[in-house]
Amino acid sequence: MPEFVMPDLAPVMPEIVMTILALVTLIADIIFKRKETLAILSIASVVLVFFVLFGTPFKTTFNGMFIADGYSLFFKLIFLLNVVLTVLISMRYLVIERVNFGEYYSLILFATLGMMLMASAGDLIVLYLGLELMALSTYILAGFITYDMKSNEAAMKYFLLGAFASAFLLYGISMIYGLTGTTDLNAISEYIILNGLTANPVVMLSMILFAVAFSFKIAAVPFHMWAPDAYEGAPTSVTAFMSVGPKAAGFAVLGRVFLIAFGSVRMDWSAVLIPIAILTMGVGNIVALSQTNIKRMLAYSSIAHAGYALLGIIAGTGEGLASVMNYLLIYAFMNIGAFAVIIMLRTEGFKGDTITDYEGLAKSHPLAAALMLVFMFSLTGIPPTAGFMGKLYIFMSAVYAGYTWLVVVAVIFSAISAYFYLRIVMYMYMREPKESVSLAATPALGIALAITAAAVIIIGVLPSAVVSFARAAVAGF
Amino acid sequence: MNYYLLIPFLPLTAFLINILFGKKYVQERAHWVSILAVAGSWIVAVFTLLKVLKGETVNEDLYTWVLSGTFEVSVGFLIDQLTTVMLIVVTTCSTLIHIYSVGYMHGDKGYYRFFAYLSLFTFCMLMLVMANNFLQLYFGWEGVGLCSYFLIGYYFNKKSASDAGKKAFIVNRFGDFGFGLGIIVIFLTFGTIYYEPVFTQIGGVAAQTISFLGYEVNLATLIALLLFCGAIGKSAQMPLHVWLPDAMEGPTPVSALIHAATMVTAGVFLLARCSPIFSLSEPAMVVAALIGAITSIFAATIALVQNDIKRIIAYSTLSQLGYMFLACGVGAYTAGIFHLYTHAFFKALLFLCAGSVMHAMAGELDLQKMGGLKKYMPVTYATMFIASLSISGVPGLAGFFSKDEILWLAYAGPSPVGKFVWAIGTIVAFLTAFYSFRLIFLTFHGEFRGTQKQEHHLHESPKSMTVPLMLLTIGAVASGWVGIPNLLGEVIGIEHSNWFSGFMNPVLGHPEAHGTHAEEWMLMGISVLAGLGGIGLAAVFYLGRRSIPVLLAQKFGFIYRILWNKYYVDELYSHTIVRPTLWISQNILMGITDAKIIELIVNGVPRAIGGVSQHLRKVQTGLLQHYAAIMATGALIIGAWILLR
Repeated sequence: MPEFVMPDLAPVMPEIVMTILALVTLIADIIFKRKETLAILSIASVVLVFFVLFGTPFKTTFNGMFIADGYSLFFKLIFLLNVVLTVLISMRYLVIERVNFGEYYSLILFATLGMMLMASAGDLIVLYLGLELMALSTYILAGFITYDMKSNEAAMKYFLLGAFASAFLLYGISMIYGLTGTTDLNAISEYIILNGLTANPVVMLSMILFAVAFSFKIAAVPFHMWAPDAYEGAPTSVTAFMSVGPKAAGFAVLGRVFLIAFGSVRMDWSAVLIPIAILTMGVGNIVALSQTNIKRMLAYSSIAHAGYALLGIIAGTGEGLASVMNYLLIYAFMNIGAFAVIIMLRTEGFKGDTITDYEGLAKSHPLAAALMLVFMFSLTGIPPTAGFMGKLYIFMSAVYAGYTWLVVVAVIFSAISAYFYLRIVMYMYMREPKESVSLAATPALGIALAITAAAVIIIGVLPSAVVSFARAAVAGF
Repeated sequence: MNYYLLIPFLPLTAFLINILFGKKYVQERAHWVSILAVAGSWIVAVFTLLKVLKGETVNEDLYTWVLSGTFEVSVGFLIDQLTTVMLIVVTTCSTLIHIYSVGYMHGDKGYYRFFAYLSLFTFCMLMLVMANNFLQLYFGWEGVGLCSYFLIGYYFNKKSASDAGKKAFIVNRFGDFGFGLGIIVIFLTFGTIYYEPVFTQIGGVAAQTISFLGYEVNLATLIALLLFCGAIGKSAQMPLHVWLPDAMEGPTPVSALIHAATMVTAGVFLLARCSPIFSLSEPAMVVAALIGAITSIFAATIALVQNDIKRIIAYSTLSQLGYMFLACGVGAYTAGIFHLYTHAFFKALLFLCAGSVMHAMAGELDLQKMGGLKKYMPVTYATMFIASLSISGVPGLAGFFSKDEILWLAYAGPSPVGKFVWAIGTIVAFLTAFYSFRLIFLTFHGEFRGTQKQEHHLHESPKSMTVPLMLLTIGAVASGWVGIPNLLGEVIGIEHSNWFSGFMNPVLGHPEAHGTHAEEWMLMGISVLAGLGGIGLAAVFYLGRRSIPVLLAQKFGFIYRILWNKYYVDELYSHTIVRPTLWISQNILMGITDAKIIELIVNGVPRAIGGVSQHLRKVQTGLLQHYAAIMATGALIIGAWILLR
């Protein structure tokens, strides 16, 4: 037996701190009566983790099971940002929904811990652990409004189908382990190349099973079926959280597993991902057209955006990966921004989540309407918003990789998407208000809106800082 | 932060403040914001001039906007001698015209809006001249065009004004299309859109040809001519000149700033900035010189018979811009820029004086209804008189030096059409003096010909208007003194008196001139005589025998009608371009393409997609077992497709 050597803990410090703080938040729930304290505590935790993150050395530890590098750092920043914005938009909303319970915040932190592990996973087992930690926490969050049947339904569907997808993932892991005798991503890659297994059916099968499991996480068609129901039923703040965090985490593992472990069979997995991407963009955008509930519409929109982002993975280049990361960060801002406006419309006794509720908003609440306009423009991809820049870089990376035809398809679907995004704008600005809508505006919500709107515009005008950061992050990949 | 960034960004800040808070908060105080900002820009511009005089030029990127593959676009700034001259011209004129507008626009209900646009215009113009790459130049170029559109149509309730705005915009599209193509060709050729690498590499590719519409075209000529398209649109040269006279529908300060001193000179600036490209293509140079010469005589002849005070000055602007193009076309870029610089002062002054007259006449523009105004408005009279002397090329004043240099370099330079354009330039000098003084005499001398009510209303304009007039007069007189020809400088005992030419030398080079001193003296004499002759003839016609012009108009009725109708160019365009286009639009595009084909696609595709959407959403049954089945089926299909292919 080899002697036990204490692994280097410095690279895992952010996760260790996150674990402690999530537990602290859980205990603090018993102590503090005011749940706002927990919200502030969780934001403070994230800020602390943020600083720890930047002091963390880029190293591999636990015998290669855990990787701290620029790639994971970038994704972790998206996750932390996701927490801050979600907490900001949740504080008042939970009161209105009468589910102001403290565990909400620790669940968010635990889910985020899972995502962070996923981003850093250098081994399929760590990947699976992180994924399950994230998924289990999110299932509970989706059903957080315990008295609401829709919320229960959302959680139940998400859970059962999630378990189904996990089975695919485990099956894939067991196949590749059976073939190569390892779960280490680099070792798998080496084994496949050394033994000339690039056409091996077991490798293919395993790759397909991974593709299915990850497609489920990023809500790609036809593994997206859970998304509309879960998004609509879950509490709106959780929908915002789910549409950004788990999706980004899914892309993080997709990028690492496919580009490293399956790097040698790139042509095969792009043959799998290309039809998935087209279907995802197609179904997402086309079905979004006929939605009447704005949360459901944004669920389909979120599906469609996963389709665009897949293009960067399909490109298979560092530039493509960097553009995906860039896109996910931008998506975090614009999507949570849009959800923040939706939450603002949710008041006591008023749901505010059907599209007609937005009629004449520009007359009654010009600022809220203007913000929604910015987010809708950005989701459509109209310059000078960040959404345009995000799409531009993704599409350009795909064109440089030789997938011009795929970009043409994406642009056509993107044009279709203008219809349902701009319909909201049309309702807000060109229709008369039917009934008076009051807003549940709070300082926290204001901060979230200010951050997201400013980011959407600033990244749209000055994208180079974010883009070069993403490029630098991929450089060490 | 670099100090020079203040130059464009102060006006931008003023614009944002006025447009966002103007209606509710700033209101009647809007001018303070804009004036302080542009005056600040002016101070920094003067500071920049001092730096450049010490030889400190700047060429750097502020930040990269897009970087992808080989395509790089940055916001970057180039500050050299040429930029500095433009900065001084733009900020000086802009500041004075802003101040003038306080009095002129007083009480207008869109007061804040006016100043907001004026500031936005200043920002765009400054970005245009400070760019270090073609795309940013294009940004500024389109930006000033947009502001021009806003400001021409400022009185948007008046149909003629909003039409004029549209006309300016649409006519410019023709030129800008070529300009855009030119930038694309530059990118395709050099893989960059930065000035510096383009200008250093252009020599290497100048001999190459490119297949364009089936013809083998020299690359330098193609690029130069495409860029030239943009220049003739913006600077209203033939055949795209038709928008400028109509642009006079805008408020007079706008005419002075945008349509005389700054924006319309952007075309000349473009030629000078791209002189390394133009100089390699003789055909492009000849085209520039000829277009300039033709425009200048064409516009000057029209100006002879017009009665609208602002339109006369507008045609005069066209004519003087033609002079500048002529200068660039014969390779005398420095002289062109020099004329741009002196012209900005006296032409802005002429417009502001016209505005002052209009102010007194309650908006009346017809010369025939004026007369004898000099006793009511002495300041306006004196300043406008000096401006007219300057534009007529009376020795000692600014216009004399710049015009004389252009004519001399045209005559003595290497251009194959030099002598010809010199001859036209000299005739134009005569015509310019004539119509300028026709305007002065009809407006300020003789008896008042308007209504009694109008006569009662006559008054000198307020201080906020007359002070800028007086300050601009200083420019109209003295701005030329930095470029006194060395020949004259020797006489009055100053060595190297053409300091301006030396200053611009690093950017624009030294123009060639082959001629003796005697020739140069003779030419100077001829142009002075032409100017004085024009003034004298105007005096005879309009101070002495008022019957002569009437008689001439009757005798040469045919010519008179042609000139009065501006050579029927508007009618020509109306018949050959506008009406056929409208006919095609209405009958073919709207009637068939739009109503039948596009409607079918536009309504049919969404209906089809909507139908698909309705069907697809039914797949979402809400039943868990269906969802799982779809997932499993999907996985199976993918598996089959990969493993069995």
